[in-house]
Amino acid sequence: MIETMTDWIEIGTLEDIPRLGSRVVRTTQGDIAIFRTAEDEVFALNDSCPHKGGPLSQGIVHGKRVTCPLHNWVLELSSGTAVAPDQGHTACFPVKVEDGMVRLSLQPQA
Amino acid sequence: MKEKLVLIGNGMAGVRTLEELLKIAPDKYDITVFGAEPYGNYNRILLSPVLAGEKTIDQIMLNDKQWYADNGITLYCGKEKEVVQIDRRKRKVITSDGTTAEYDFLLLATGSNPFIVPVPGNDLPGVVTFRDIRDVDLMLEASKQHQHAVVIGGGLLGLEAANGLMRQGMSVTVVHIQDTLMERQLDKAAGELLRKSLEERGMHFYMPAQTTAIIGEDRVRGVRFKDGSELYADLVVMAVGIRPNIELAKKSGIHCERGIVANDTLQTYDPRVYAVGECVQHRGQAYGLVAPLFEQAKVCANHLAHLGYARYQGSMTSTKLKVTGIDLFSAGDFTGDETTEEIVIKDAARGMYKKIVLKDNRIHGAVMYGDTVDGAWYFQLMRDGTDVSAFRDHLMFGESHLGDAGHGGQNKAASMSDSMEVCGCNGVCKGAIVKAITDKGLFTLDEVRTHTKASSSCGSCTGLVEQIMSSVLGGGYSAAPKEKPVCKCTDHTHDEVRKVIRQQHLLSIPDVMHYLEWRTPNGCHSCRPALNYYLLCAWPAEYKDDAQSRFINERVHANIQKDGTYSVVPRMWGGVTTPDELRTIADVADKYKIPTVKVTGGQRIDLLGVKKEDLPDVWRDLNKGGMVSGHAYAKGLRTVKTCVGKEWCRFGTQDSTAMGIQLEKRTWGSWMPHKFKMAVSGCPRNCAEATIKDFGIVAVESGWELHVGGNGGVKVRATDLLCKVTTDAEVEEYCYAFIQLYREEAYYLDRTAPWIERVGLEYVKQRIVEDAEGRKALCERFVESQKYAQIDPWEERASHDVERHEFVPLKLVG
Ligand code: SRM
Ligand SMILES: Cc1cc2nc3c(=O)[nH]c(=O)nc-3n(C[C@H](O)[C@H](O)[C@H](O)COP(=O)(O)OP(=O)(O)OC[C@H]3O[C@@H](n4cnc5c(N)ncnc54)[C@H](O)[C@@H]3O)c2cc1C
Ligand code: SF4
Ligand code: FES
Repeated sequence: MIETMTDWIEIGTLEDIPRLGSRVVRTTQGDIAIFRTAEDEVFALNDSCPHKGGPLSQGIVHGKRVTCPLHNWVLELSSGTAVAPDQGHTACFPVKVEDGMVRLSLQPQA
Repeated sequence: MKEKLVLIGNGMAGVRTLEELLKIAPDKYDITVFGAEPYGNYNRILLSPVLAGEKTIDQIMLNDKQWYADNGITLYCGKEKEVVQIDRRKRKVITSDGTTAEYDFLLLATGSNPFIVPVPGNDLPGVVTFRDIRDVDLMLEASKQHQHAVVIGGGLLGLEAANGLMRQGMSVTVVHIQDTLMERQLDKAAGELLRKSLEERGMHFYMPAQTTAIIGEDRVRGVRFKDGSELYADLVVMAVGIRPNIELAKKSGIHCERGIVANDTLQTYDPRVYAVGECVQHRGQAYGLVAPLFEQAKVCANHLAHLGYARYQGSMTSTKLKVTGIDLFSAGDFTGDETTEEIVIKDAARGMYKKIVLKDNRIHGAVMYGDTVDGAWYFQLMRDGTDVSAFRDHLMFGESHLGDAGHGGQNKAASMSDSMEVCGCNGVCKGAIVKAITDKGLFTLDEVRTHTKASSSCGSCTGLVEQIMSSVLGGGYSAAPKEKPVCKCTDHTHDEVRKVIRQQHLLSIPDVMHYLEWRTPNGCHSCRPALNYYLLCAWPAEYKDDAQSRFINERVHANIQKDGTYSVVPRMWGGVTTPDELRTIADVADKYKIPTVKVTGGQRIDLLGVKKEDLPDVWRDLNKGGMVSGHAYAKGLRTVKTCVGKEWCRFGTQDSTAMGIQLEKRTWGSWMPHKFKMAVSGCPRNCAEATIKDFGIVAVESGWELHVGGNGGVKVRATDLLCKVTTDAEVEEYCYAFIQLYREEAYYLDRTAPWIERVGLEYVKQRIVEDAEGRKALCERFVESQKYAQIDPWEERASHDVERHEFVPLKLVG
């Protein structure tokens, strides 16, 4: 495996994101939604639902999933894939938390 | 190491149990399946349309072999994989070719065998049964080479076989031992109509007649009857009934009577062995339709997963004949006796017949022919044991959908073409629903909703979708149970949850989920808002609202729009405004470049297209102009519409405007199970449309009429008159008491209309009108809870930085 250099951007602290909630990082390529689960895991998805572009950051987070606020599609936070029977996918970005600091990479996960 | 589960019988009930099990305990077992037919799992019900040439075998597959592979299930199928022995001591099964498998738990789902009439010649070539793909292949083959078919048995299966063979071009005679067709499902009148319309299609009948021999030498040549008469035939189909297939179980020493005896958990006398499907005898009853078998499957899976709380208590069944163009429905006991009453209508010219048997004002049975649109409705009333005395006069005319918007009076699924739209919200046509049901093997309304989205939004087309399901699936369609669980995360009902919250003094969502053993770690978008509301309603002073369990609109106190912007609707008390308020709104619209300013249907003004970040500033400016949140987003009080009333109107009898404003000032901010709308009209001309509101007030000379349970929207329901009062103070007391009763007892997302239909107007009258003490207590509880609710959420956010993180991005990059 080839180690690639990832540019990690500091975006804030874990405490800045509500548990079972989300915050938005505004980038030149569009908004990215940063989610925090009940277990303090953090995930990042393109803030646009594969259905009709609904802002996922405004949805309800449960387990490791989020329900889109517009028409209730459910997406996996870890992959951006819609839960069956809906089909679709939105970009998913690497994030990590170290010492309470959240870092994001703008290179979408394969 | 995982435990081992072996399933014998690769049919509808057994595989359904596996599907249910995989849903709740996907990794519990290593699963091995034995099936005596050389296929994956298919929808046996649809063999009839296959025989009639309306479907192909491929179209009726439910799970192909890939499905077993995908789920890590070992499948042994084919004639040589028929299990011939169960060694219960060694916990091992053995097939006829010697394949073996060990089990920790064994599931028997061996179905049933067609009954063969014990007469000479019944084993001649050309004599077939109607049970599996092989039988259908044999019949299709025969129909190409031969001309004359006799079907023995005038029941459901026999008629479907006869219809299929006729469609394949054969001349078909149905022989029946009784003088009424389908006598177990139909009374004489309906049986006659059925016979008549089948005859019109070219089917012949020979009945009553008892078969004594099948004649022929190398191949069947005819059928002989008790009176000595004979019919020529080169194909004979035996469709005289089925017998539970218990041979293997019996041989292995598992207790059997007519079927394999199983208890309410579907366990047999051997605790390691479970049984589901047609082979089962439960409380003395064996079933031959899939709906009850699927209920068994669900319960059995619950026990195989070691959850251990589900119980199967028997089923009521209903029947539909799957012959295209013939509408027939039957449920329950339709014969009646001296304790029952019958309502019958018959229109022989139109080929229409309906009979409902009532016992103690409840539906006991129903038979319908020709017009079966309301079959599902009657069946539901019957299963629920609903007292029908209140609408007995209308019962025969069906569940009239007069008030329904959305499907233009269309209420007969059968007459719809495939391209006609069924669900207006999600744009789903009939064809798409039919295709999903057959291609994906769907059986329940829930499944159809998840796969097609039909009826998953406003729900007004639910009846139509159910009709489509029952026309495609026949009796295979399983209607939803009456007491629904809150959502898929739990089996507990709304009532149970509310009770536990009060009795156990639970004070947080995690506490409720823990106490009631929720299946998911933190619920889903359906249950969390419901729990949040129930807790808030039970403990107004103590409970701390959970913002993350609210739908976005309630979380940020504005309505999300399709492009992700928001709309802002300030309160305009009783629909009355001032030049200053209008100036404030105009200034805000200019300052924040708000694209649309619209008068709403609720007598106030909507500012649409506000950016989320601007919300607090917009609110601050509106607050400065004296305006507060209109809660246009809330499951709570929305608007109080009024008319001008006595102040100006030449007909006005009371000051309806002032009354409306007073009620709105006292009730705003309250959270409720769903939105709540009020209106006050100054006279019976009712310009404020009070009679389609949750609480409507109509002024009359001598006081006020109070109306409840109205609804505009999806399904229009006019209010019921609650009572008449004389003083303003009474209006207030009754209003608050009614709201509190609704808050405390309705299910989350029930508006007052469905709630009142569920509990009955009498009940509401008793609590609000007759019980004066109770009314006062309800009223006091409402006033108390309002102390904690009447805080303008806009002001908190605009001027006190509450929930600030909602309105600013975490970070700007690039
Ligand atoms: C803005 C408004 C339409 C308008 O431009 O006039 C409106 C807009 C919406 N209505 Fe409405 N309804 C509006 C008056 C009505 C009325 C008329 C009335 O209140 O007199 C009705 C029928 C009366 C009734 O409710 O009984 C009405 C029946 C519905 C329904 C069906 C409710 C039902 O029980 O059948 C829904 C769907 C729902 O609530 O589930 C709905 C849902 C909606 C939603 C919230 C859809 C949604 O979930 O996003 C719309 C929000 C738009 C927004 O962001 O502002 N709206 N809606 C009206 C706001 C009134 C207000 O001042 O607050
Ligand atoms: C033509 C037709 C039309 C029907 N129409 C309707 C309808 O409209 N509505 C409705 O509700 N129901 C209908 N039914 C009935 C419905 O199909 C059955 O109730 C249902 O299929 C029974 O499911 P089951 O799993 O109990 O049995 P089955 O589906 O019969 O499955 C049992 C399986 O076990 C296998 N098996 C048995 N013994 C062994 C063994 N020892 N080893 C290995 N495998 C074994 C059999 O080969 C069979 O494949 C219809 C049935 C037929 C035949
Ligand atoms: S405002 Fe109401 S009627 Fe109009 S589109 Fe939205 S929900 Fe439908
Ligand atoms: S835009 Fe997300 S569900 Fe429709």
